[in-house]
Amino acid sequence: MKNFLIVFAVLAIGLQTKAQDLFDILENETPQTKSYTTSTFKGTRILNGHSIENRKKGILEFVISHRFGRVNLGAEELYGLDQSNIRFAFEYGIIDDIMIGVGRSSFDKTYDAFLKYKVLKQSEGKNSFPFTVSLFGSVAHKTLKDFDPEDEPSFSERLFYTSQLLIARKFSSGVSIQIMPSYIHRNSVKIAEDSNDIFAIGIGGRVKLTKRISVNGEYHYTINPLESIDASNSLAFGIDIETGGHVFQIILSNSITMIEKSFITESTDDFFEGDVHLGFNISRAFQFGKHKKKKLQKMKESEQ
Amino acid sequence: MKSLYITLLCSALCSTLSYGQGKFLTKQGYTSFFSSSPIEDIKADNNQVLSIIDTSTGTIAISILMKSFMFEKSLMQEHFNENYVESDTYPKATFKGQILNFETLDQNKQTTTIKGAITIHGVTKNIEIKAMMLQSEKSIALKGKFPIKVADFDIKIPSVVINNIAEIVEVSFELDHQLYTK
Repeated sequence: MKNFLIVFAVLAIGLQTKAQDLFDILENETPQTKSYTTSTFKGTRILNGHSIENRKKGILEFVISHRFGRVNLGAEELYGLDQSNIRFAFEYGIIDDIMIGVGRSSFDKTYDAFLKYKVLKQSEGKNSFPFTVSLFGSVAHKTLKDFDPEDEPSFSERLFYTSQLLIARKFSSGVSIQIMPSYIHRNSVKIAEDSNDIFAIGIGGRVKLTKRISVNGEYHYTINPLESIDASNSLAFGIDIETGGHVFQIILSNSITMIEKSFITESTDDFFEGDVHLGFNISRAFQFGKHKKKKLQKMKESEQ
Repeated sequence: MKSLYITLLCSALCSTLSYGQGKFLTKQGYTSFFSSSPIEDIKADNNQVLSIIDTSTGTIAISILMKSFMFEKSLMQEHFNENYVESDTYPKATFKGQILNFETLDQNKQTTTIKGAITIHGVTKNIEIKAMMLQSEKSIALKGKFPIKVADFDIKIPSVVINNIAEIVEVSFELDHQLYTK
């Protein structure tokens, strides 16, 4: 008898489903999927060095970077603005996880080419992973004729190789930290005391101030610096400003170059003695090919 | 005495049956939005919309994951999630409402009005949507479109791109609910 009453009561209540219960059902029915963390950094650079961010497939980015002279040169040199180092580059996403780029720096008239591959991605949900790992490799060729004409170095003697492991985590929508161990190999050195292989460890991060502006910092500690120059560790602070297809970065750094082999191993200025260089990175992205259809296709397939 | 309980039980069962089969659900509903401006048209599609209808009350609940909107340009998608709808903070858009006069609707294709509250970017607004409805014993299909004013949902568009994004975007939906038997 009691049972009948319970059944009756359950059926009667069952009729009175409220919208909230419907949301509970939707919640239960939501497929458990992995969602990858996006926008750990705004741009492909933290400031001087690379971030784990790639340009997505089909995006070509034209990047222009400048570093001016030392701010403490004074008014005569317009606080360093009279001197300028420039690097311009084309950088392209082959697939979402692999990007390549070629660039040319005015400093030492250096050409560079790089490849960056996102190996592991930070994710939430099912089978989540706590951080993103990218591999970065670049080769640079110095073409400045700063040698004795009698003793011209060969092509390969003027090559430099950089390998970096970029490990980053977006802790919250506003805070991201990256650690980057670096290994730089130069085929030739100036004096015997200089090591051909230089190891460094870097740390960088960003804190978002608003949706479109963030404050960034980046520091590289060199374990075995070059002996032929008074090498210093590279330090940079800057601001990212995002406007539509542009990311604009304003930088203060003791490094005057924009490629890894150079700013990690060849910086000589001391940030805290005022040897600071103003600089900026500006990029413009162009989209080639539309990959939405394929993505939708992929989504449909994974559902089935 | 026993017969009374049986009568009660039967009437309860009958009442559930007479209200139709209960709940109808879709996990692959389609929603898109379209913004048209003099500079560019922007369209985004979402094929993973969850929607459920309780036919005993005519109540409908919809849940949309913002990160599932697919754009033609991947940078647009990034900006949409990062700068406009802030998907990390507000991962879902939801709608809950009532299909008006649901019990009077029959199996013919007909226009209905859905009245309810839509929540986007953490802001809730009451809206009324006209939809085409086609129901059978095993399915309920809803299809329609309605305008949304971006500013109503506290989504700010910076002045640099003000000419690229329409003030009012058109939202379309196609939800083919199937009988939900759990």
